[in-house]
Amino acid sequence: MILLTSLKSQTKLAAWRVVVRTLKVAVVGAGGGIGQPLSLLLRRCPGIDELALHDIADMKGIAADLSHVSQTGKVVGFTGEPELEPAVSGADVVVVAAGMPRLPGMQRDHLMAANGNVAVKVATAVSNASPRALLAFITNPVNMIVPTAAEALKAHGTFDPRRLFGITTLDVVRSKKFIGDSMNISPDEVKIPVIGGHAGITILPLISQCQPRYRCDPQEIHKLTHRIQEAGTEVVNAKAGKGSATLSMAFAGATFVNSLLRAIGGQEGLVECAFVASELTDAPFFASPLELGKDGIKGYVPLPQLSDYEKEALEKLLPILRQNADEGVSFARTFLKGQSESPVPAALP
Amino acid sequence: MFVVSRLLTHVGKLPPMVQQLGYINRGLKVTVVGSVGGIGQPLSLLLKLNPDVSTLSLYDIKNTTGVGVDLSHINTRATVCPFEGKDGLKKAMDKADIVVIPAGLPRKPGMKREDLVDVNASVACEVAFAASAVCPGAMLAFITNPINVIVPIVATILKAKGTYDPNRLFGVTSLDVVRAQTFVANILNSDPLKVNIPVIGGHTGRTILPILSQCDPPFKGTDEERQALIQRVQNAGTEVVNAKDGLGSATLSMAFAAARFVNSLIKGIKGSEDECVVECAYVESDVTEAQFFATPLKLGPQGIEENKGLPDLDDEEQKSLECMLPILMESIEKGIKLGEGMMTSCV
Repeated sequence: MILLTSLKSQTKLAAWRVVVRTLKVAVVGAGGGIGQPLSLLLRRCPGIDELALHDIADMKGIAADLSHVSQTGKVVGFTGEPELEPAVSGADVVVVAAGMPRLPGMQRDHLMAANGNVAVKVATAVSNASPRALLAFITNPVNMIVPTAAEALKAHGTFDPRRLFGITTLDVVRSKKFIGDSMNISPDEVKIPVIGGHAGITILPLISQCQPRYRCDPQEIHKLTHRIQEAGTEVVNAKAGKGSATLSMAFAGATFVNSLLRAIGGQEGLVECAFVASELTDAPFFASPLELGKDGIKGYVPLPQLSDYEKEALEKLLPILRQNADEGVSFARTFLKGQSESPVPAALP
Repeated sequence: MFVVSRLLTHVGKLPPMVQQLGYINRGLKVTVVGSVGGIGQPLSLLLKLNPDVSTLSLYDIKNTTGVGVDLSHINTRATVCPFEGKDGLKKAMDKADIVVIPAGLPRKPGMKREDLVDVNASVACEVAFAASAVCPGAMLAFITNPINVIVPIVATILKAKGTYDPNRLFGVTSLDVVRAQTFVANILNSDPLKVNIPVIGGHTGRTILPILSQCDPPFKGTDEERQALIQRVQNAGTEVVNAKDGLGSATLSMAFAAARFVNSLIKGIKGSEDECVVECAYVESDVTEAQFFATPLKLGPQGIEENKGLPDLDDEEQKSLECMLPILMESIEKGIKLGEGMMTSCV
């Protein structure tokens, strides 16, 4: 990416100085079931000068594989915790797909024990090495992971509510697909906001706001809402122990990161739903349509007039989100306290 | 068909190019055989994104349902239909327009592509049988290695069954082209997508011949640099196998390249207003004395519309071609013999 700045010379003729701005995207968890296809989709995007791939597993092979794809920019692999900071250093966007997926019978909350530390460690690395990065989490449970990351960023003095996101794009993707199929139109033509959170009944598709208008009876609305809320579980069950949504999640993640990149590049009018620190409701973190800009969130699109069904659903989900936020913050504080209290290892002889 | 085409012209429903006889206006059915594997999953994802695919049929020996439900949530046109098990292959391929086959085992460090032939020949055979039975007019695009042997196996079986069309059977060599574009662009500090370079021959080691003399933009390097670049393209597959250290071979770049090829097949079938669709692929050919050989091909609604033949070669390239033809011909002979042994059954 190239920015032009003008310098006035002594003879008052403008001289143009070309400033080359390199765009770096880091994928944390690039070796996993989501990380690999996500990295492939990002590698296909033009304009990324460096695609940094990090995982605890060896990234040499995947980096070599992707580096052969015919696209400008370099692909660099980073392996293990010591390389997390170098991986995210100077990144414009850090997208985090690391962590364990759900197994059948699990709710997303059960993953916090396994995945909470990912949020803290990545937030810490970003604080140290790329505090201005746009940081976007796929890792579940998003409803808790984002508050955890926020708390860790605050502890380092680098929290900027405009720059931290939980990716909920897959709920929008699913809504568009299910409604499009039902209306027998191209799913891509459907526009629908999905607000709230990213688990069960905290996912609230605003069918009343769907364009084109989706006319159906209340039973159908409930059935469709429920299907969108449980679609993740639909995939977990279909995979029968082999994981959760990976390919559709990679697609959704890449769609969101693409919008972030275009916003960084100066494109106006980009709106995406995401789970962020928010004052739209009394839940401290809430997903809603956001206008994106060069520094992340440019504006929060006000909530539209909800239908009675949606108002009721919103009232039910807000306490859950507040509790999720409390648990996420609590996790971060405990984790960070544990880290600061652990004895400094004695020097090796 | 002609009458219908003329009628539709008057109604103005078809764009000018597509009014020509043969182009297909409807959405296409694409089947991925081996859709749960390391190449199959990302390949299926990329094909799900093509708006000209109306049915994406997925087949593997198991676990296809999970991958199918996952992909089915993506908000694009294609309906995803998963199939698995012994009886699933024919159902998956039934009336397909295009069948792309990444199924089979990948290389481990120290292996050559040829070492896979015993395991992967049966994959080729089963697909050939199924294609003959349920989609004899489909384009078949094989990724399964070793392509140099696999494609002749399939051709032999299809010929025996009376369903062979040399314009519709391809070994996918696009990854060699993709790599050549990328490596040349890295040296020239340019955009790989603006590099045009034919890669001819086969799809293993020295049978891969990137024709640097025809590279656009021109590649001007010393002899050593040219040799190094050619060898890098030839060994790039091994480069990834070694980097993955026993965990497999190229998957993501292979999915990318195969999707590029299948998307080109689709453009050829659907007809494109201003684009001439040209891709290199390993096909039956009389361009050289080798019965199967990869060259640039113009693609159309019937598959290969025109084999563009050998590009102009300089002396070094001519020599390399002469050196590798015997290797290729040996692989082809092996493939034909294997095919002859599998004409009645795949075991």
